[in-house]
Amino acid sequence: MIGGRSDLPLSDDSTGAYLPWLVAPMVFLSAVALAGVFILNTLIGSWDRDVAGTLTVEIAAAPGEAAESAERTRGRVEQAIGILENTPGIARARALSQEQLVTLLAPWLGSSDLLKELPLPALLDVTLEGNGGVNLVELAAKLAKSVPGASLDDHRVWLNRLIYLSRAIEWLAIAVVVLIGAVTSATVYFATGTAMAVHREVIEVLHLIGAADGYIAGQFASRAVFLGFKGGLIGLCLTLPVIFGIAVGTDRLEGGFLSDLSLPLGGWIAVLTLPLIAALLAGLTARAAVYRTLAKML
Amino acid sequence: MARQHAAERANVVQFDGVAVRYGRGPEILQDLQFALPAGSFHFLTGPSGAGKSSLLRLIYLAQRPSRGRILLFGRDTSVARRYELPALRRRVGVVFQDFRLLDHLSTLDNVALPLRIAGASEQDVRKFVPDLLNWVGLADHIDAHPPTLSGGQKQRVAIARAVIGRPDLLLADEPTGNVDDSIAMRLMYLFDELNKLGTTVVVATHNENLVSRMDYPRLVLERGRIMRG
Ligand SMILES: Nc1ncnc2c1ncn2[C@@H]1O[C@H](COP(=O)(O)OP(=O)(O)O)[C@@H](O)[C@H]1O
Ligand SMILES: [Mg+2]
Repeated sequence: MIGGRSDLPLSDDSTGAYLPWLVAPMVFLSAVALAGVFILNTLIGSWDRDVAGTLTVEIAAAPGEAAESAERTRGRVEQAIGILENTPGIARARALSQEQLVTLLAPWLGSSDLLKELPLPALLDVTLEGNGGVNLVELAAKLAKSVPGASLDDHRVWLNRLIYLSRAIEWLAIAVVVLIGAVTSATVYFATGTAMAVHREVIEVLHLIGAADGYIAGQFASRAVFLGFKGGLIGLCLTLPVIFGIAVGTDRLEGGFLSDLSLPLGGWIAVLTLPLIAALLAGLTARAAVYRTLAKML
Repeated sequence: MARQHAAERANVVQFDGVAVRYGRGPEILQDLQFALPAGSFHFLTGPSGAGKSSLLRLIYLAQRPSRGRILLFGRDTSVARRYELPALRRRVGVVFQDFRLLDHLSTLDNVALPLRIAGASEQDVRKFVPDLLNWVGLADHIDAHPPTLSGGQKQRVAIARAVIGRPDLLLADEPTGNVDDSIAMRLMYLFDELNKLGTTVVVATHNENLVSRMDYPRLVLERGRIMRG
């Protein structure tokens, strides 16, 4: 569609001046939103791996005398295991034996026989199924409600909460990208409509000397493709510093879970494709606008 | 029946009970019933406002009749599909009364439009257009744009654009309105030459002098009807 000669007046036409500047901010906004989606998606992926695998449930020792306490704690452990194993996404829950506990605590408390007399909390080793689809926030609430003294690994629960929040933001960003696409095509559509009014004489003459609708529409479309692409490139130029800025900024940040804020390859491809999509969108909407105007002529 | 079909095909244009009205106004053309045989040359005359331009607009498919049927090259245009019309229009060369040149294009590009629309190569454009511009005396204005040309020069560009595609039918709406009589006669000889090569020609004019100097039949429009001259 690009190239070839044009019968349209290119110079004295305001569309040429403003269409790229309408498209550029749209592409900028979509690119930033899209980059956000991809970065967030990578982050969520890494957090997902963190919460996948195994997790630990701690059950505080029940109050009371040693024997009685041990008895009650055992009851709670059974109850917790029951709940855990009936939760979809959990493969297996198993209590650590007294010996294992003592071995775990030995570095801090020494391995005295006294340790065996202490009311130790019980630890459950929970194995998750591969796909990590357990809602830890819900599980923590359920455990805390039904089993006194039970608590889920705090860090994991918090991370899980973050994942749900991020997913919501991710969908919001996708909605923003779609919305911007719709607004951009509407803008191009009306801009082309204005150009049709300006070029009415040209269109009529071409039409009357026998140009087919496709010939006339093609001329407007290739112009819109060019202008849309130009706007897309401008928008992209504005976006790149922002994306690099995020990557450089997070390099300075310490801490594990924000380490991966650079745009993944798929994201780069999507963002670099945006000017092409803007050009295509501009071309198609221009074509539609021209056909609509021509349909009113005999 | 078969004979009638053959006759319709031999007629480049045929009007059957055609009428035209603009909006809700009165019919400015009524009961038009005539045929233009292939290879014929007609003057279309009548006072200003008689409907000459309107009649030509019907033929070059810029407008539908409010009543009746128009056959163009034997094709009933009232039943033709929209996508068939461009091909019919390309067989008709039109010199518009107000020229309708594209101001942003050079003389060469204006005249080349019909060729390019028909998909001709740039090589053909370079070959045929300068020749024709030479012929109508515009060789020195090949790169000029219409706003810099005089009325007579524009008219010749419009004529060149109408004939460059070797149309089967040439319609000229007051083509000599802006030029003096000697140039007008030269243009008429150009139409005459084309007619001898087989092009059917209709020239609308109210220049009695011109009409009387050439021996061609007339269609006279008066009060919305055709009176044979
Ligand atoms: N687009 C139009 N809308 C309304 N009336 C028109 C239009 N074009 C022409 N007319 C009217 O139709 C009549 C014939 O006009 P026209 O065909 O231009 O005549 P001519 O070419 O013989 O001077 C005139 O009365 C004119 O006012
Ligand atoms: Mg007229």
